[in-house]
Amino acid sequence: MLPRELKPVQFAGYPPEARKVVTNYLVTLQQLPLSFVPGLLRELIEYDFKFPAERKAREKELAYLRSVSTPQMEEIFQGFARIRLSPQLEQFDWAKAPAQFIEQLSAHLWSTHQLDAFRQASTDYADRLRAAVPPEVPPVPRLGITVIGQGVASYGEPLFRKLRPHGAYFSRVKPEDGLKRLLDAIAARSKAHPAPYAHWYIDGGEEADYAPELTCVSYRALEPARAALLRRMQSEIDRPGMGPEALRTLLAQMRPADLGMNRESISKPVDEVLERFEVSLLTEGSGTQIFSTSFAQWAAREALRRAQPLTLLVRFAPRQRQKPMNELLSPSAARPAFDPMGSLVDADLGSYYNWLNQQRLPGAEQSSFLVWFEGHNQALAIGPSMPRGTESTSVADLEQVLAWTV
Amino acid sequence: MFEYFRKDLKRPPSDAWVVAPSNGFNRIGESSHRSYGPGLGARVILPKRLLTAATSGRSNDYQHLLRDNYETPYFAPELAGSEFELQQLEMILKLSVDDFKNHAQTLSSPDELSLYVARQLMRQVAPSLLWITMHDIDIAHAGAYSLYVEGIRRTDRLCSDLWKTIQSEPEYAGKTTLFILPDFGRDSDEDAGGNGFQHHRTGDALSRTTWMLAAGPGIREGVAFDRAVDSTDLVPTLGSMLGFVPSFAQGKPIGELL
Repeated sequence: MLPRELKPVQFAGYPPEARKVVTNYLVTLQQLPLSFVPGLLRELIEYDFKFPAERKAREKELAYLRSVSTPQMEEIFQGFARIRLSPQLEQFDWAKAPAQFIEQLSAHLWSTHQLDAFRQASTDYADRLRAAVPPEVPPVPRLGITVIGQGVASYGEPLFRKLRPHGAYFSRVKPEDGLKRLLDAIAARSKAHPAPYAHWYIDGGEEADYAPELTCVSYRALEPARAALLRRMQSEIDRPGMGPEALRTLLAQMRPADLGMNRESISKPVDEVLERFEVSLLTEGSGTQIFSTSFAQWAAREALRRAQPLTLLVRFAPRQRQKPMNELLSPSAARPAFDPMGSLVDADLGSYYNWLNQQRLPGAEQSSFLVWFEGHNQALAIGPSMPRGTESTSVADLEQVLAWTV
Repeated sequence: MFEYFRKDLKRPPSDAWVVAPSNGFNRIGESSHRSYGPGLGARVILPKRLLTAATSGRSNDYQHLLRDNYETPYFAPELAGSEFELQQLEMILKLSVDDFKNHAQTLSSPDELSLYVARQLMRQVAPSLLWITMHDIDIAHAGAYSLYVEGIRRTDRLCSDLWKTIQSEPEYAGKTTLFILPDFGRDSDEDAGGNGFQHHRTGDALSRTTWMLAAGPGIREGVAFDRAVDSTDLVPTLGSMLGFVPSFAQGKPIGELL
């Protein structure tokens, strides 16, 4: 099937909001090349469960595509139009299952040596889209906070090495009530600038008390879902004929209910957008099912990429020690031993990635970032008014450092 | 490579071996090409299978050496049967089950087990062509940077140990060339499509670019060549060195090494 043959009935299986969007833009979608449109549909089919920032971005993209003339459309997509597809791909029911089509397209691009051409076409399109539809600057400069080193009594190596050239290193921070001060600060921001999914708290262990205005994801809260997922993976692995690709496909199709997630309570209705996000962290992330440091870093990366929050506090916690994979996969194993020192090294690099990912968002030049070695005197702050590559020996608590940073 | 080598040079099966880290590598030794294929490839040793067979899969003391895959965590299927492995141990490696088990208990990672098996193979069989695949570094895919760095340091040490073994074994000393090459680069920190060191998926230049080290007789020491070469150039280079014709290879011999 080719895009020009698309009909509304082919989207009957889409969730209601997604179906509405796709039907509304059907004429536009019919003009797009086959090497491109399933990638867009893969995003749109999940429209009902996307964060507001993602929905807005897709709507703007579609509106832009609808606004361009046919010759402009041909010019924009000339790179994609040059990609040669196989008859099997053309016959695939990609409107119904765009994600599965993309898996096969990847294999096809690889085996036909068209990966470079596809990558170039994608990059050109993204640049063009960014120029035509500039991303919105956030209503308030973003703030990222990362807390690392929970459970480490002392550490002799220098921390924040990759971040130091970008900000000021504080060596005499008063650590008392540090986490609470930071959580209070982001709670205040969430009250001052309320918006759905705009202020996040991600914890790689058990979450501390936090304001209800915050969107919270924690490794501990997801423990039952993780255990259910690992049990499911183990049983699938044991099935004859099961391979890595089939397992990935299965994981990609998992939904919150498959993992026993339903955290409805009297005070809080089910947040299906957040639950789907949490499932994706466990099913699409590598190592997130096993190492809490991988989980915290990946959750931060995905929250920034998808929800584009105004505020994000990430607290790393000790991950379990490395054990053999079969033991790691066994959710019934005895409580694992932890590796706080290795986790600090993981989190130190993770804080750099958190900053990098924050800086990819609109308004980066006004954004601020703080990383703190939990329970200790070391922190590093990056912000528009913070001198780069400097060191401060001023005695200050985290509230003060934060005030200087933003 | 193994098939070109054995067919063109009329080498016996015992002259080309692969020591591979994961059970998923059980078919690495030969292709299904009708001009080459079954019977003309390398023999394959899977050290984890050996260990599983030696311990009858029952002991927990060796679990740290049986780690098989790091991504997601995916897996490779267990292969049935253990007779062939036990035969490999006794007939080829000249190791008793007890000796093998006892030594394995002194090791800390699957790659250390692979190196132990490779050394034993060099001493007992002395193949002309030996391929060893290291796997510990793949822990990067699980996203724990400290474990990745630990894996790099361990593999670096094991490569050094392998070179020392080459220089200390009469069958190899002074007449062996060692090639070391990572199979991929890593995604760049700067590429938004990736996640830093964790994978090699973006298709960016860094994820597809890496280095190769060659050492041995006739190869200049302490020199770095910055010219880009392709990984597919390795087999034609080996062909020129060993005297086989890689009829279907797409690369070119690397002049600096010949």
